[in-house]
Amino acid sequence: MLRYSLTRLASLTASLLVASLVIFLVLEVVPGDPAAFMLGLEADPETVAALRRALGLDAPAPVRYLDWLGGMLRGEFGLSYTYKVPVAELIADRLWISLPLALYALALSTLIAFPAGIVAAARRGGPADLAVMGTTQLGIAIPNFWFAMILVLIFAIKLRLFSAGGFPGWGDPLAAMKALTLPAIALALPQASILARIMRSSLIETLQEDYIRTARAKGLTPAQALWRHALRNALIPVLTIIGMQFSFLIAGAIIIENVFFLPGLGRLVFQAITQRDLMVVKNVAMLLVLAITLVTFAVDLAYAAVDPRLRRR
Amino acid sequence: MMRRANLLAGALLSGLFVLAALASFLWTPHDVTQIAVPMKLRPPSAEHWFGTDQLGRDIFSMVMVGARISIAVAIVAVGLGMIAGVPLGLAAAARRGGWLDELIMRGNDLVFAFPAILVAILITAVFGPGAVNAILAIGIFNIPVFARLTRGAALGLWTREFCMAARVAGKGAARISVEHILPNIASLLIVQGTIQFSLGILAEAGLAYVGLGAQPPTPSWGRMLAEAQTLTAIAPHIAIFPGLAIVAMVLGLNLLGDGLRDLLDPRLSRVAA
Repeated sequence: MLRYSLTRLASLTASLLVASLVIFLVLEVVPGDPAAFMLGLEADPETVAALRRALGLDAPAPVRYLDWLGGMLRGEFGLSYTYKVPVAELIADRLWISLPLALYALALSTLIAFPAGIVAAARRGGPADLAVMGTTQLGIAIPNFWFAMILVLIFAIKLRLFSAGGFPGWGDPLAAMKALTLPAIALALPQASILARIMRSSLIETLQEDYIRTARAKGLTPAQALWRHALRNALIPVLTIIGMQFSFLIAGAIIIENVFFLPGLGRLVFQAITQRDLMVVKNVAMLLVLAITLVTFAVDLAYAAVDPRLRRR
Repeated sequence: MMRRANLLAGALLSGLFVLAALASFLWTPHDVTQIAVPMKLRPPSAEHWFGTDQLGRDIFSMVMVGARISIAVAIVAVGLGMIAGVPLGLAAAARRGGWLDELIMRGNDLVFAFPAILVAILITAVFGPGAVNAILAIGIFNIPVFARLTRGAALGLWTREFCMAARVAGKGAARISVEHILPNIASLLIVQGTIQFSLGILAEAGLAYVGLGAQPPTPSWGRMLAEAQTLTAIAPHIAIFPGLAIVAMVLGLNLLGDGLRDLLDPRLSRVAA
């Protein structure tokens, strides 16, 4: 297990390094000089040159790349070109919306998907199964940002139960959770649909195993066999999918934040693009890649801990 | 019976949109570039089946024309993913455990860490927004999907007798891959292609919605929804119809994918659930 973890850790570090290089190189070819951009059209060339030096933009590319990497390791992400504050501060502020939103959606999706998948598998072919399969087929086809708009139309505009967007801050945790509820539901719907289907098929497959027949032969009822023996084994592939969904949730959150005007990382990165604030784009992109890679890594390790066969690969 | 119903419903539904997109080159009920502000935000009527938008344009015609860009972006992106991904997967399987296999699989892990939206954001930062960005972003995301699928399926085939026989007959790895492996995984690729096509439609809509896809004046479903957003309170129909179009198209492709899977290879229905 230790050896497996170390190999995976090495490959994780390697892919993060390559990812950072890709992001750096892509943004390196972007036309335009950030220093000139910050100072505006009227700026005096000498001031621009001085600012370039101050920002470290005059150094050769490899030096700037290493500076950026070193800075990230120390938790310094450089200075935002437009906000003129450290990018680390900007990200930390926004993370307090994006991360809770993703986790909220993940929790909702799991809470919906588990019972739905279990019921569908236990009553395979019955009306409950058909209902779950039909609903999830639709849930997969609905774009989450459109679902979000429909939720706003119904619950904010018609019923006036929620606000249509914005975020009141964590000063009032209840109000904050309420503001995140519609976005989280919109994010959770497609993920819950996928998860429910995987839960169902994994459980159906497990229920056909010999040890379930043995359990039934011992005198367990179908429900007992399902809860005591099948469910635990069926969960393994489901957990992997939950881990993978984290990356979809992050990607989805970038769009959903724009529907609800939530000042999270997604909004930050879009504002940064329109304002050509590459320092922010670069660091947020790297942070998202880091988050996704780390979650995948954690899932791989958890998976290997549960199923020793996977360690030899 | 149920299976055939999936296939039929899916083929009809997605075929309808492809037809609408093709027909829109020749005819639409109204001209989509025709702005008639006095006619703006009219609810659905006999004249305007889906109503009119904030500039008085006919939404039904715009949905027809919008199907073009969605379908085009998704098809080209999936094509890109297949053209790059399938040969990579075949090569990885032919030299299992070799440096190429290792490189391709690590490259795959890397691409999986970049969601399509992030790729689109990075490309947009460099070239500015446009439909080509959407194609590239979705296409790049599709490469590892097809590479992994091809590799996994091909690995299983390499151990089969007919591949051994071909090898004994003196055929090289490349020839075996093309002549024996590829035909055997074609149905798998077609099914996955349909699924990726539907994901591509969703991704294109999302990118267009946040302004990273096709730019005005090209009508696109995602951007129609973005423009509708502030107006949903007074004219819900302008947000409802483009959204329903996306749902129907994606649903159709998913049903078609399921139906094709059952038709072409019943054994797959368990694996790919």
